[in-house]
Amino acid sequence: MRLTVNGEQRDLHSPPLTSLLTALREELDITSPKAGCHQGGCGACTVLVDGEARRSCLVPLAAVDGATITTVEGLGAADDLSPVQAAFDEHYAAQCGFCTSGFIMAATALLDRTPKAGREEILAGLSGHVCRCTGYIKIVSAVEAAAKGDVHPEKVEPSFESEEAAVLIPGSPA
Amino acid sequence: MPATSLAEAQVIAPTSRAEAVETFGDGSSVTVLGGGTILMPELNYGRLRPERVLLLQNAGLSGIARNGNSLTIGAMTTVVELEQMPEPLGTAARHVADHEIRGQATLGGNLCAPAGGTTPRGDLQAALIALGAQVKTAGKGGERTEPIEDFLPAPADRLLLEVEFEEPQRSGYAAAHRPHAHAYTILAVCAAETSAGLRVGLSGAGPNGLRARSVEAALAGGASAEEASQKVLDDAQTHDDALASAWYRQRLLPILVQRALDDLGGGK
Repeated sequence: MRLTVNGEQRDLHSPPLTSLLTALREELDITSPKAGCHQGGCGACTVLVDGEARRSCLVPLAAVDGATITTVEGLGAADDLSPVQAAFDEHYAAQCGFCTSGFIMAATALLDRTPKAGREEILAGLSGHVCRCTGYIKIVSAVEAAAKGDVHPEKVEPSFESEEAAVLIPGSPA
Repeated sequence: MPATSLAEAQVIAPTSRAEAVETFGDGSSVTVLGGGTILMPELNYGRLRPERVLLLQNAGLSGIARNGNSLTIGAMTTVVELEQMPEPLGTAARHVADHEIRGQATLGGNLCAPAGGTTPRGDLQAALIALGAQVKTAGKGGERTEPIEDFLPAPADRLLLEVEFEEPQRSGYAAAHRPHAHAYTILAVCAAETSAGLRVGLSGAGPNGLRARSVEAALAGGASAEEASQKVLDDAQTHDDALASAWYRQRLLPILVQRALDDLGGGK
């Protein structure tokens, strides 16, 4: 099976009923989609499949042969964050961080289909995503700011040096 | 012999309706994968190791066709596409999980899923029963069309192709939800009046969607909505699950039936 993942063509050899989540994490070492519940209940594994937010744990590889997949790794770089990523940083919308990738991908898809999403649309668009630190207020504030274009990626300071990132995040550029 | 690992499963992806019907055959040793939202957790947790999986996404079974006031919906149509359907189906569709799941989950999966052990499945079933929907299926003996309430108790050996119903003159909806990451439906009651009369459908009141014939008969006999709603317990098969007890469902159900009937606008 061949997928385009974050702009690169990748051939996958996992069995066709493997979840996209497992294939991304274990075959391609793309670890931003988190394995929370493996049953669609938490939203931590959400990625974009042909631009639509999908729970990667509920998608069998066989169903996405030829598709284009985007994960957080494909959204921006440390010095070039996407508006949603920058808003999450600015509003301190990540606490432990486990749910963050899923929220960012869900919010990215929401703002793609509803660029001026209001609070109610944001709440509906993010429902299905669980933050066990219960940091929902900051998450919603971040997405509201991104929807209003009130983001300042240039002000975001990296939390750690790229050499540390290479240790902390396998596969990240040093 | 059942497969013991995921890698052993044979995955077949038909590219036409005829090929899907032929591959399904009489349904023996075939596991149908529609959107995947129900089946994938079973595979991920190793609770299911299917021999042959029929992947329907390219089988030409999705889409909505209108002919006068009659609507035909393909089995692989996603729930998100049903959100703008006539009531009470539109409202029922909007109550399924969240936007991401609705974009993947299919009409067919909602009607064919085995009863959930911990939470009820089949939010769309009550709506389609109320709408007097007919389902077209394939399997042993060829294609057949039957009322949805006859199909729901034993869908496993049939391949659902499409669902057809008539736009109703009026409709009503009432439900109770339990908030989680998304809200689960504890019970949903749908009522709709078509040229065939007034029907009442229930989701969450049994192992699959049920038609509340006792309520319909009481209304036809001139009972008030309040009187008729009490009859629903003759039709329900209430059960305990992770969302609510049978005790609670028995007390809630008549109230929801009355609300759905009141929601018809004028009642009957």
